[in-house]
Amino acid sequence: MLANSINQLITDLPTQIGSDVTAFLSELVLCGTVVALLLGRLLGIDRKMPGHWIAMAGTLIAFGIAFGNVYANGPDAYQVGEDAQLFSGLLVNDGLTVFFRLFLLVFLVLVIALTVLSGIPDNEDGPDFYTLLIGATIGMMLMASANHLLMLFLAVEMASVPSYVMVGFLKGKRLSSEAALKYVVYGAGAAGVMLYGTSLVAGMLGTGQLHLVAEKLGELLSSSSEGGVGTAMSTAAVRTIVLGVMMILVGLAFKLSLVPFHFWCPDAFEGAPAEVGGFLSVASKAAAFALLIRVVHQLTGLEDLAVPLAIGLGVIAVVSSTFGNLAAYFQTNVKRMLAYSTIAHAGYMLTGVVAMLVALEDGNQMLATDCVEGVLFYLSVYLFMNLGAFAIVALIRNRTYSEEIADYRGLKSECPWLCVMMAVCLFSLVGLPPLGGFVAKFFVLAPVWEAASIHWSMGVLVGFALLNTVFSLFYYLKVPVAMFIADRPEDARPARTGSTEAVFVLLLTAPILLLGMSPLISKLSLAAERVAHDTITVPDADQAGTRTSTSPEE
Amino acid sequence: MFEQPFLPTLIIFAPTLGALALVLMPKDNEDSLRYTALAVTVATFLLTLMLLPGYDISNPGMQFEVSHEWIPNWNINYQLGLDGISLPLVLLTSFISLWAMVASWSITKQIKGYLILFLLLETGMLGVFMATDFFLFYVFWEVMLLPMYFLIGIWGGPRKEYAAIKFFLYTLFGSVLMLVALLMIYFNSHHPESNEHIFDLLLLTDAAQGNEGLLNPVMQQWAFWLLFIGFAIKIPSVPFHTWLPDAHVEAPTPISMILAGVLLKMGGYGILRIAFPLCPVAVFDGSTVLVAIGVISIIYGAFAAMAQTDFKRLVAYSSVSHMGYVVLGIGVVGVVSADTASDYWKMGINGAMFQMLGHGVSSAGMFFMVGVVYDRVHHRNLNEFGGLAGKMPLYTGLSAGIFFAGLGLPGMCGFIGEVFVVLSAWQFSKILAIIAASGVILTAGYILWTLQRVYLGAEYKGPHEEALTPMLARERIVAGVLLVFAIILGVFPNLMFQYMIPSIQKLTDGMAGQMAGL
Repeated sequence: MLANSINQLITDLPTQIGSDVTAFLSELVLCGTVVALLLGRLLGIDRKMPGHWIAMAGTLIAFGIAFGNVYANGPDAYQVGEDAQLFSGLLVNDGLTVFFRLFLLVFLVLVIALTVLSGIPDNEDGPDFYTLLIGATIGMMLMASANHLLMLFLAVEMASVPSYVMVGFLKGKRLSSEAALKYVVYGAGAAGVMLYGTSLVAGMLGTGQLHLVAEKLGELLSSSSEGGVGTAMSTAAVRTIVLGVMMILVGLAFKLSLVPFHFWCPDAFEGAPAEVGGFLSVASKAAAFALLIRVVHQLTGLEDLAVPLAIGLGVIAVVSSTFGNLAAYFQTNVKRMLAYSTIAHAGYMLTGVVAMLVALEDGNQMLATDCVEGVLFYLSVYLFMNLGAFAIVALIRNRTYSEEIADYRGLKSECPWLCVMMAVCLFSLVGLPPLGGFVAKFFVLAPVWEAASIHWSMGVLVGFALLNTVFSLFYYLKVPVAMFIADRPEDARPARTGSTEAVFVLLLTAPILLLGMSPLISKLSLAAERVAHDTITVPDADQAGTRTSTSPEE
Repeated sequence: MFEQPFLPTLIIFAPTLGALALVLMPKDNEDSLRYTALAVTVATFLLTLMLLPGYDISNPGMQFEVSHEWIPNWNINYQLGLDGISLPLVLLTSFISLWAMVASWSITKQIKGYLILFLLLETGMLGVFMATDFFLFYVFWEVMLLPMYFLIGIWGGPRKEYAAIKFFLYTLFGSVLMLVALLMIYFNSHHPESNEHIFDLLLLTDAAQGNEGLLNPVMQQWAFWLLFIGFAIKIPSVPFHTWLPDAHVEAPTPISMILAGVLLKMGGYGILRIAFPLCPVAVFDGSTVLVAIGVISIIYGAFAAMAQTDFKRLVAYSSVSHMGYVVLGIGVVGVVSADTASDYWKMGINGAMFQMLGHGVSSAGMFFMVGVVYDRVHHRNLNEFGGLAGKMPLYTGLSAGIFFAGLGLPGMCGFIGEVFVVLSAWQFSKILAIIAASGVILTAGYILWTLQRVYLGAEYKGPHEEALTPMLARERIVAGVLLVFAIILGVFPNLMFQYMIPSIQKLTDGMAGQMAGL
């Protein structure tokens, strides 16, 4: 029988790999782009053709492939359950993967466009920078599609290592090198902890496959709690598993810069160029959330222990958003302030994941779907508002050579469009209607509020998130106040920006307005709902082939 | 001229279109910017007037209904409608906006940005009064926050930043409480057919008046007080009023007119449109508290006004006092008997509504009058005024008229609302009614004392005496029109009552029916 299945495997392998590669084509194109960038440098092509064109072309092709696939096949662009697994189960190509693939590729296009406009990196460093940028993005795409504890670790590292270098990319600047060092040391520690966690979990469960974790956990728990009720934590096996899970979560919390694993974040963002800050704050968070959703989804196997774990995560969420907002208030540097703001936003989004775990534990898959939908929607708006803010910081830095809030005084008379767009981005980050940030916050918090009927603590999470919204107004307002209300000092550097910059920033902020007012909200939320649905309700192995019966009507 | 269903949408977004047009215009040509903005507000006002011929007075329900799916998977609709409660306030909004725009000629700094924000603010205000979807209502409610913040923060007086952020924080805090109530209501609602959660205020109202009710009594208490605090901040009622004097004193004159004339009314409107129909049980339980808050606001506001030496601050506190009548009138629910909508109960709400309209006209006028003299002498210290009657006789005459309207002189707009409210309060609690009525005397006291200190006296001894020139034609028109309307409303209150009475009857009947069912 074993021989039979091996034979089967060998005969199926070529066709199997063929279809796997098709699903993986976007990532491969990006890999090709990296190679082209490096080769271009070797052959001296980069003198004639700047690196950003190669990077841009590669990214656009990758995006074209990914988008074309979704456009042509609609919801059939991905599979559900076992069908979705690629490369013998190391990766999955499900809705979440496709969503984040598109998300990251759009984001990469925008970031490359921003770097072209802002001139960091210069022509000399271009190929290096884009190699790192694209490399990190591939890592993040792998994070979003990881289906195995091994891939989880590899993907996180693949995303992290280029990020360390990018943070230190301004080689001449002390602050930049210091930031990179802090990031590396902290990242290495977190990676070590996570690796230990993955090996504990994989060792205890006998598998690294993420989609089997819940099942195996259930088996393990039921076999170890046979001695009686309430003994779930009593066996060494269960304690080890819980420890392992927590260690994995530590690694992810580091990527999400959640308190108390956030210490690298403000320093890294202050030292790094604003372009890199914008990239890390969005892409790395988005990928980490994809991974977190995948991991947490399996934790329902912990049964009785899932809700305490959820409450623990909820505490982290509350502390992150509260601490982030309070600390942001005292910042005088815009990038540092935005760094604390990303900590707070990670906290808001985490509440959605927490509520998902609570809802799943209660067996309420509809509600869990809504939670994931909210997080996906939030991330989509967050992409534009956070990148918009960082982009404007970068563009203004190019004129005034400063990122201090004090130097933003009276900028409205110099570059009114940039100031208006900055206000749009920041007020959207506060979560004020009619901007996208409000709708996003609403979509995240509404299901959390509904989950309060399952466990009261979810209502507390909503309360804190709303209070934090009010707090956050204080520090976000400092920037528009400086820009619009204060007068420009006499000796300030002129900061007039060109119209290309204004058009680019307008392009970034238009989606914030559209996602706050137009019917586009429902388009995006329906897409997110569909992805969330297919992520949450994984069909049983025997039903995997008949996905039409489990997917919602379009 | 226009198909009816488009009219509400057009009214709401006409100012936005105007703002977009202004964005494209060059900023150096101030006159063309001003006249364009003025034309937009005039057009908006005319559009709101076009609602009147098509409005069926005998129909108490929503008219001019518009409903489009906006975010269908959450059952959020772009849904508008007008009934007898919202129509008068829509008219007030476009009317006050128009005259505030005329008053905006006194603004000289960064005029383009000012006009754009002004028009966006008008869109937000009109949207609040027309939205019949709770989510949409909330969005419009917040939309006017940002323009208002910047209008106070950039074009305000010396302490503008402080005043602007205080206004912003208070209102945002209130909105957050409202958001919690919104979530509570949403997750307890069911569409009658599809059984999904809804934001549709009309269906929610029906559900609340149905046999099962919308929320259980305990949740109603929570939802009602969350909503009430959110709205009371806007009204503003004591103890949530402290943002108002600062915001008013620092805001430029036209913005003060809008703030007092329209924004404060949103609080009262929100209570009548959302809190009352959706949480009737909590309203009946809490009526004593509402009445007490109203009476305290009246008395506290009046005493505080009396103590002021800043002319504008005095008018601001008079707003707190006058809006106290609104809370009082709204609060006298279920007088005589809860199960049937008694005439006194309806009288209270009608009085409160009329007080909102009357105060909208008179307070805008009072702030304008303060602005006129401030533009000339650049101070507002009551102790340094006096003798303006000799220098500016026409201004003095018009001011006296408008201040008398605010005082509640019979025959003017302030009188009707106060009398209705106090009469119905008498049925609720005689002691409280007596206290409220004594507020009228206090009001007369501080207004007459103000008139004496500012306009009477031998001669003006304060700074900038030479600047006391007669009113400009533009100023005369604004003051004259506001005074005329204060008199028209006072003499022919039925102009507005004819719209309100059927809708308020429907509201009270629905609430009483719900109580009777329990």
